Amino acid sequence: MAALDDVEVKEGVDQETVDAVKELSGAYKYGWETDIEMEYAPKGVNPDIVRLISSKNKEPQWMTDWRLSAFERWEKIEEPTWAMVEYPDIDFQDIYYYARPKSMEEKPKSLDDVDPKLLATYEKLGIPLKEQMILAGVEGAEDAPAEGRKVAVDAVFDSVSVGTTFQKELEKAGVIFCSISEAIEKHPELVKKYLGTVVPPSDNFYATLNSAVFSDGSFVYIPPGVRCPMELSTYFRINAENTGQFERTLIIADKGSYVSYLEGCTAPKRDTAQLHAAVVEIIIEEDAEVKYSTVQNWYPGDENGNGGIYNFVTKRADCRGDRSKVMWTQVETGSAVTWKYPSCILRGDDSQGEFYSIAIANNMQQADTGTKMVHLGKNTKSRIVSKGISAGKAQNTYRGLVSMHPKAKSSRNYTQCDSLLIGDKCGAHTVPYIEVKNNSSRVEHEATTSKVDDDQLFYCRSRGMDEEEAVALVVNGFCKDVLQALPMEFAMEAQALVAISLEGSVG
Amino acid sequence: MALAKLKSDTTEARLAGVTLPTGAAWANAARADAMARVREMGLPTKRDEYWKYTDPTTLTDAAAGKAALFHNDEAALFDAVDRVRVVFVDGVFDAEASDDLAAEGLEIERLADAMAADIHWAKDIYGVLEARGQKPVPRTLAALNTAMATDGVVIRATAKAAKPVNLIYLHRDETSDAVLHNLVKVEAGAEVTLLETGPAAARFSKLLEVDVADGGTFHHVRAQGRDHERRAVTHCFARIAAESTFKSFTLTFNGVLTRNECVLEIIGDDATAHVAGICVGDGKDFHHDDTVFITHDAVNCESRQVFKKVLRNGATGVFQGKILVKEGAQKTDGYQISQSLLLDDDSQFLAKPELEIYADDVACSHGSTSGAIDETALFYLRSRGVSHDDARNLLTLSFLAEALEEIADESLAEDLRDRLEGWLARHR
Repeated sequence: MAALDDVEVKEGVDQETVDAVKELSGAYKYGWETDIEMEYAPKGVNPDIVRLISSKNKEPQWMTDWRLSAFERWEKIEEPTWAMVEYPDIDFQDIYYYARPKSMEEKPKSLDDVDPKLLATYEKLGIPLKEQMILAGVEGAEDAPAEGRKVAVDAVFDSVSVGTTFQKELEKAGVIFCSISEAIEKHPELVKKYLGTVVPPSDNFYATLNSAVFSDGSFVYIPPGVRCPMELSTYFRINAENTGQFERTLIIADKGSYVSYLEGCTAPKRDTAQLHAAVVEIIIEEDAEVKYSTVQNWYPGDENGNGGIYNFVTKRADCRGDRSKVMWTQVETGSAVTWKYPSCILRGDDSQGEFYSIAIANNMQQADTGTKMVHLGKNTKSRIVSKGISAGKAQNTYRGLVSMHPKAKSSRNYTQCDSLLIGDKCGAHTVPYIEVKNNSSRVEHEATTSKVDDDQLFYCRSRGMDEEEAVALVVNGFCKDVLQALPMEFAMEAQALVAISLEGSVG
Repeated sequence: MALAKLKSDTTEARLAGVTLPTGAAWANAARADAMARVREMGLPTKRDEYWKYTDPTTLTDAAAGKAALFHNDEAALFDAVDRVRVVFVDGVFDAEASDDLAAEGLEIERLADAMAADIHWAKDIYGVLEARGQKPVPRTLAALNTAMATDGVVIRATAKAAKPVNLIYLHRDETSDAVLHNLVKVEAGAEVTLLETGPAAARFSKLLEVDVADGGTFHHVRAQGRDHERRAVTHCFARIAAESTFKSFTLTFNGVLTRNECVLEIIGDDATAHVAGICVGDGKDFHHDDTVFITHDAVNCESRQVFKKVLRNGATGVFQGKILVKEGAQKTDGYQISQSLLLDDDSQFLAKPELEIYADDVACSHGSTSGAIDETALFYLRSRGVSHDDARNLLTLSFLAEALEEIADESLAEDLRDRLEGWLARHR
């Protein structure tokens, strides 16, 4: 943390903020490695590897063909260069595209059959796979029922899903929560109907690669009218060296259903960078609601920029039905390079999309992240709140699109992006695209900190606070709201961020 | 890579047979350098990110499209202002129609004369500021202007100028394709106001390079187009030194295609740079693009961008604005606002307001809004007996006020306000 220790902090940025950033981006706690016997596919990617991955997952022919056509397309397209990130060329033939623990050769029937070493790995990460209650009494759990809260977990280790908890209980509610490989096997009709309909295999370079080589991931189906009885969660762990992780998540919320989904990720410390190119697709039907929360804590590399994860992720939610709703919340602290834009297609009338993001980049980290709000339906609403924090020599970019199509009458968008720089060697950038094609919609984009609610500010001032204090309180209060929207399990980690004030911030 | 090859092929095809004008040795060198830049960067296409919202095809085509001549009996803009009039007809200097090129505190010459002189101060500015403004995005049409321009004016302000200089661009030929290149050098402590008016030509490429020395002041007020079919691409490259002031305002009426690029580089401490613009457009074939790039490379400087657009009947307004604060440019105050008022459901506003910041002690902000006229305000005015059209125009003018306020000289602002009212009255 040398980079932050000797930095001269400008007046107006309080020490608490600096400490909070230090704490969060300090010594990486999850940098250890599990010593476990692995089985790899040969290095590199070609149609044979694609077929091999497909056969390892015991996939039907249509799935194999789907992958192969994606691969064919991938070979013809070029890596995108528009993001404000720099990294050495990736040699796509020098990566293992499939790595699984030997003990996973035969899929374990239940969690009891899973290799204890794997269970211990997740235990150490604080993700117990044994079906158990998460004890109440942790900070932020006040609203949890007294007997504790349950979270079903799908644990992905390198290329395979290790196990999924609480499956039986979820089944009772009609909810399907399993690995995507299992879904392809057991629910092919659902997968066939929805896979690639939100993020088509032709979407972008990394999504196309993912479509060809995705090895596992999570699948969620919530039937009509069902409120998922517990939070669902996937925990991604990269362990093997020189391995890329390509998981695919597909979430379907049928009419009138609700689910809250959490995602967490970590990786060991290594000198060489590793690639993570995931795709998340969410389909939301009429009156359904999905909350998707991420605490992204991949290994960020050391302070000289060696190693770390290249996190090139495509996430998109399609609000197909009227009055459907999606909320993306992300706390991005890890990864050497982040390239990630969780987006909302607001197709149904009166549908809503929300995006709350806190992105912290320290040392040599580079983050280029944001969202897209594509308004297609009438009376659609979206809100974007993005807080970017840069320290050390990091570069942090917000990149977003708000698009009001001619038919999206009477729609509304509000965007607020704030950036905070700690030290004079880092950078903070904002690249919003705003496209308004009808006049009954209102779009507002702001990148100032002074625009906190005037009434609240006035109230604070009238109670004797000075302007700075008042702004800090109002903004902190707002931040807290966002963070408390995170499910409890993540709130712990994210609460450290609440201390961050936005004083001295720039647009 | 295939794209880059295609681009270079198209550029070569377009430039085949083009010969550069000749003048003094330094001028020839500046033109050759500019042409080399054009070849290296390639002409813009719709596929370039930098031209995402505006199709440059009609600007890069070999021949200019036709633009009907527009006649009206309005008095010329700024007629009441005592000024030095420099008249160009379809991009060619008209000595007869122009005033004597002289005023206290000013040296005014034709560009052609300056480019023929072996020793001239223009050598240090011509194409130099344009070349500095070619990073990080290529502005190839500006380099092409530097390479091909033969006419224009060069102005040197040595003290506070006695009166403003008004460049008047007349349009008399339906297919004219004009290229003008103007230079302004404001010496330390000097001050000058430059006015530009008129539609100019069927297609107009105009470049202005402004070098403001320490403590200098440059004011720029421009009115483009007027119920006219012309296409225009204009560039302004300015270098702004310590404690100096640069202020530019542009009013654009109808015109098929207008792309105004303004590239400012603040190199001295405590300087101020303001760019503002209003565009009012009516009709599907109206496309207006303001592209601004302000670089802060000094301490304690202020920059402001204020852009307002009123669009109706399917008109398109584009704003691309960027503030770059370089490492060490502390105490920067950067402000940017881009707003559009869409008077009907077919018009569109496309914006990309960007910030790129490498210094921590700065206050930069940007805002962008888009929407229709406030119905509550409209209702209020109606309830007070104001007619619907009048109420709408009143609210439109108040929406535009913030940008008009950027003009320092009130009489100039008043003239433009009158024109705006006239436009709104005609376009009900």
